Amino acid sequence: MAQIELSAIRKSFDGTDVLKGIDFHIADGEFISLVGPSGCGKSTLLRIIAGLEPQNSGEVHIDGRQVDGIRPSARNLAMVFQSYALYPHLSTFDNIAVPLRMRRLSAIERLPLLGALLPSRRAKERHIRADIEGIAEQLDITPLLRRKPGQLSGGQRQRVAVGRAMVREPLAFLFDEPLSNLDAKLRVHMRAELAELHSRLKATFVYVTHDQAEAMTMSSRIAVMMGGELIQAGTPAEIYNEPGDIRVAEFIGSPKINILPGRIRKDGGVDVLGTTLKLTCNAAAGDCRIGVRPERIELGTGPFSGTVVHLENLGAEAFVHLAVEGTGSRLIARLADVRHLPAMASPLAFGFASETVRMFDPAGKRIELRVEQAERVREPAHV
Amino acid sequence: MSDGSMTIGAAVAPAGTTRRTLPAHGSRRTQAAYALVTPAAALMLVMLLGPLAGVIALSFTDYQLGAPHISWIGLANYQDLFADKVFWTALRNTLTYVVIVVPGAVIAGLAIALLIQSGTSLRSLYRTIYFLPVMATLIAMAVVWEFMLHPQFGLVNGLLRGAGLPAFAWLQDRNTALYALCAIGIWQAVGFNMVLFLAGLVSIPKQLYEAAEIDGASSGWARFRLVTWPMLGPVTTFVVVISGIRSFQVFDTVHVLTKGGPSKSTEVLIHTMYTEGFEFFRSGYAAAITVVFLVFVLALTLIKSRLADRGVHYT
Repeated sequence: MAQIELSAIRKSFDGTDVLKGIDFHIADGEFISLVGPSGCGKSTLLRIIAGLEPQNSGEVHIDGRQVDGIRPSARNLAMVFQSYALYPHLSTFDNIAVPLRMRRLSAIERLPLLGALLPSRRAKERHIRADIEGIAEQLDITPLLRRKPGQLSGGQRQRVAVGRAMVREPLAFLFDEPLSNLDAKLRVHMRAELAELHSRLKATFVYVTHDQAEAMTMSSRIAVMMGGELIQAGTPAEIYNEPGDIRVAEFIGSPKINILPGRIRKDGGVDVLGTTLKLTCNAAAGDCRIGVRPERIELGTGPFSGTVVHLENLGAEAFVHLAVEGTGSRLIARLADVRHLPAMASPLAFGFASETVRMFDPAGKRIELRVEQAERVREPAHV
Repeated sequence: MSDGSMTIGAAVAPAGTTRRTLPAHGSRRTQAAYALVTPAAALMLVMLLGPLAGVIALSFTDYQLGAPHISWIGLANYQDLFADKVFWTALRNTLTYVVIVVPGAVIAGLAIALLIQSGTSLRSLYRTIYFLPVMATLIAMAVVWEFMLHPQFGLVNGLLRGAGLPAFAWLQDRNTALYALCAIGIWQAVGFNMVLFLAGLVSIPKQLYEAAEIDGASSGWARFRLVTWPMLGPVTTFVVVISGIRSFQVFDTVHVLTKGGPSKSTEVLIHTMYTEGFEFFRSGYAAAITVVFLVFVLALTLIKSRLADRGVHYT
């Protein structure tokens, strides 16, 4: 268990900057998700922590010790790969035994025939066996110990890979998109298992994923990366509710946050789609973009109107796609009550509470808003 | 429901009738299948199995090339063969050659492949250089080797003398001639094995090495033992068998450089067969040697097909 400190990490491949100066502190026992679209550098950052890839500049400290230039094998980290990277010629038992044998047995004891004859090896093998059986018990893979990876399903391989990582009690666990090869149902299941595992081990987890749902559901903290930069880090709720950047707002949350074009007036008021919001800000006058989450859109009432262009009924909830009148904008609203769906192509009024609005400047940075408590944007309901 | 099934029934009616007529035409269908297989089967019979059967049949006759008469003599050729000292010498020399060349060419091929794979630059240059002996005609290369191994002005002896070591009359000495041929055999086979091993190395997933590194396999040897060697299993089996078969077939260097001499010290199976069949025209006897040779090659092939199934690790 350890804290990991990254300072000013830079990395470029063939002149292309992949990481542009990452500073980040990972506390002991945290479950950190590095999340971002593909190509944002999150996997590279994980590989730099693991030592599989050297950084061009910057420092990595693990448990207070600077590890730059130290081999991955000496960093005492465990990693679970996207492809699981199990040794296909070894049984599950032997796969999990590899890290223990590499560390506990001497080079002579590891020799194929001669090593097996040494009494010291036999004693160590007994300990290794006991450790592996304990891990297998925890992960519920005891019946699989004699099988080879080729005879295991995706989820079982995943567990074996986690077992191989757990068995030697590393300083921290690194996960490189470990669930992306599983089918959707199993992914949801493994999500819960990994989160449980974290709360049981209380170890530091660094988890790379492009799936914002995985990041939201498992982590104690999310670090959102875009274009080689870490643009925001915080708890899942913070990242979801208070995005500091429009890219974070758009990346986190499914369906995507609705972005509408707005305009800041000279007096600090904000106009959206021809309606003035009951909001003020200190930003300079000009264009802006406002974001409202789909579940914050209230249908049936409000100053705006649109036409229903598409309906997605998921059973427990429904998503209504609206074409906003008078503009080319589309937006999505979440409807909790699926029994009263609007008809397709029907006109629909909608609105949203002022405090649910997140506003961004043209560059994408968040603009702080003040809500005028006196009145609400909404007009009285006509329904 | 009934409506639907009726429609479906009507729609599939034509298909149904054909299916019903099929059993009646079953034998015709089988005939068609046999007819389609015939060209390939005939070719295989004429090109592969026919000659093989011919050789086996010939080995039971006293046929001599160009002779007007041929008579069945049963196992007499084999009795002669097993009583002949030259045959046993040739067999022993061939096996010695195989036992030296196969491990030599496999280990050297793997070592060079690993070196090329771990190198960063000039990979294709090295690959080409080591592959040259495979592409070059061995007969032409044998002439070069003859010069290099020449007792007086050969490069090898020159180097040995320069290093203060005793020189040898490599190909003229019965104690060294076979080993000199083994060295040439290894030199010739290494390039081919290297290319096969390189192909095998490229197909090993990189993540396995990374996993090995994280699991604590810090030395190159540990990673080789944990990942490279087991993952190369199928390739190694193939390379060993191919090298084995090719070593059994050794003929050109022997024929050009030593003609089996001095005093039969480099006499090998195929060379004996050649001498008997094409110099003494004892075709029946040569056919018997060929059959013995085929038995060895067949045995190697069977071992390979057994090992091939065991060696592959499906991921």
